[in-house]
Amino acid sequence: MNSSPAPASLPATDRAVPATSSAQKPRQLKKYHRREQRAGWAMLSPAVILLLLFVFVPAVLAFGLAFTNARLISPNPPVFVGVDNFVRLFADDGFYRALLNVAYFAVVVVPLQAGVALLMALLVNGKVRGVNFFRTIYFLPVVTSMVVVSLLWLFMYRQDGLLNEIITRVTFGAVHGPDWLNNTATAMPAIILMSVWQGAGFHMIIWLSGLQTISADLYEAADIDGVSRWQRFRYITWPGLSATRSLILITITIQALSLFTQVSVMTQGGPLDSTTTIVYQAVRAGFKQQETSYASAISLVFFALVLIVSAVQRYLTREKS
Amino acid sequence: MATTLESARPRTRVRSSSPSPRRVRGIGGWIVRILLGVVFAFPLLFMFVSSLKPDQQIFGDLSSIAAFLPVGNLSLDNYGAVFDRVPAARFLVNSIGISAVTVVLGVLINSLAAFALSRMKVRGKGVILTLIIATLIVPFETLALPLVWWVNQLPWLDLNGFSLSLTTGWLDTYQVQILPFVANAFSIYLFHQYFESIPKELDEAARVDGASWFKIYRKIVMPLSGPAIATVSILTFLPAWNSYLWPLMVVQSEELRPVMIGVQYFFQLNVSWGEVMAYSSMITLPVVALFIAFQRSFVNSIASSGVKG
Repeated sequence: MNSSPAPASLPATDRAVPATSSAQKPRQLKKYHRREQRAGWAMLSPAVILLLLFVFVPAVLAFGLAFTNARLISPNPPVFVGVDNFVRLFADDGFYRALLNVAYFAVVVVPLQAGVALLMALLVNGKVRGVNFFRTIYFLPVVTSMVVVSLLWLFMYRQDGLLNEIITRVTFGAVHGPDWLNNTATAMPAIILMSVWQGAGFHMIIWLSGLQTISADLYEAADIDGVSRWQRFRYITWPGLSATRSLILITITIQALSLFTQVSVMTQGGPLDSTTTIVYQAVRAGFKQQETSYASAISLVFFALVLIVSAVQRYLTREKS
Repeated sequence: MATTLESARPRTRVRSSSPSPRRVRGIGGWIVRILLGVVFAFPLLFMFVSSLKPDQQIFGDLSSIAAFLPVGNLSLDNYGAVFDRVPAARFLVNSIGISAVTVVLGVLINSLAAFALSRMKVRGKGVILTLIIATLIVPFETLALPLVWWVNQLPWLDLNGFSLSLTTGWLDTYQVQILPFVANAFSIYLFHQYFESIPKELDEAARVDGASWFKIYRKIVMPLSGPAIATVSILTFLPAWNSYLWPLMVVQSEELRPVMIGVQYFFQLNVSWGEVMAYSSMITLPVVALFIAFQRSFVNSIASSGVKG
């Protein structure tokens, strides 16, 4: 588009120069291009500088600091210590506990949240009257912060809380629910349920935008053929959503691996480390114990995990042509 | 696609769909919709209704439908008590300020970068685009801990009265809560996509008339980019308002804290749940109100964030 600006498109100030001499044209052009370069860089630089400062430098630092003994606040400059932090990390039972917990969380949350979100998307898709109202309702937890959601459910999960009262009511007093968050067997499922409740509306919207890309002609053709509802879903909707599906899988997985806020507000990793997570461990090391180097090592391992898992998912869900 | 449809055809001939099961399914669909609606709405309803009740009544109402109804002894007492327990007004002002500045700077800086990338010939553009896209895959959680160390080394010019002084370390400041979140690769990407859809003939015509690049950005491209601005604003505002992990680590002073950190005032024994629900409602309702008012933009921004990844 902007490839070769003719002299006619030069700014007014430059046009004042007599255009009769042919030797002046290249010089004008050069001047014009120099100005464009300068203006372009002036517009780019704030964003580029901030991205360098707050994304690239910390990314490089994660690599660098993980091999030092850096502390958050320390009068001494960091000293290179080789792979000490990683040796310590891979000997740490808490870290394996965190890995297992996060794997447990992800394996349940990913299909559950994607499935609930898809069900909701199918229920509110299309132009049925009253459906918009439900879309708004399903979306409300998404605009509620995870911190507030965690506090609210902390209250609902109490031994004498709302959830157990409902359970007692519905079963006519036969079942009395546990103290959800103070029990090693129920703490993680409780966090899972709440996380799905908060996040499903978000992915409902993404499923919906996927549903809208499927051509209505296909459904019309299917209606003429008198196809059943399940067949419509199985042979038109499901294949039509393949791109959306892999996208949703990857985003929920990364979100699940990064589990932190719920644990920080509700359980602080307990009871008995049954809800500790990788990010929670990293924050405890880097912030509470001020060991930036050890926290960087955890962050690096975490990033490697995210990369590997998303690469595997991408490979498994690739377009098979 | 065509083959799967073809293979579905023979079987469907056999089965004829009578209208009555379809109507039953229609009713079934509404039952599921309503059930899900209850599941998603009632906890929030419970939160808001409880914020108006004294603690004793909250627990008394738990075993009946009254838990979700604004009945009994209703008052705003819990809200008043929250302001006594927590510097809530200060936190609200901080969060509003931090979110607003982050959104305004974010829209400005990211759209400028996207404009240069979409409209202008800049040397090194390919490298910059690659770098920007590369940052999309890094979750903030992996950068947070090294970033805490890094911001603690950064210099800042402090203005005390009329004297400037150079300080080191951004911990416990406003800028540490704003500047790391201003430039955003995804916002640049969204603006870039949108700018590409605006005909370039428009700014070429303006160039002929002698308009500067900045004028084209300000007078032509930005006025046409309302939906992109709305999307980026919402996607910047929500995490800014909801941020928890970051301010937890970098802000210690009470007067600099945002709303989400305020929940820590309730991490104690003998807490009044009415007050917790009041504080929670107070920091949620503004966002819900924004959502109801700009519903279409919210949904569009979430849908567009789907292309990430």
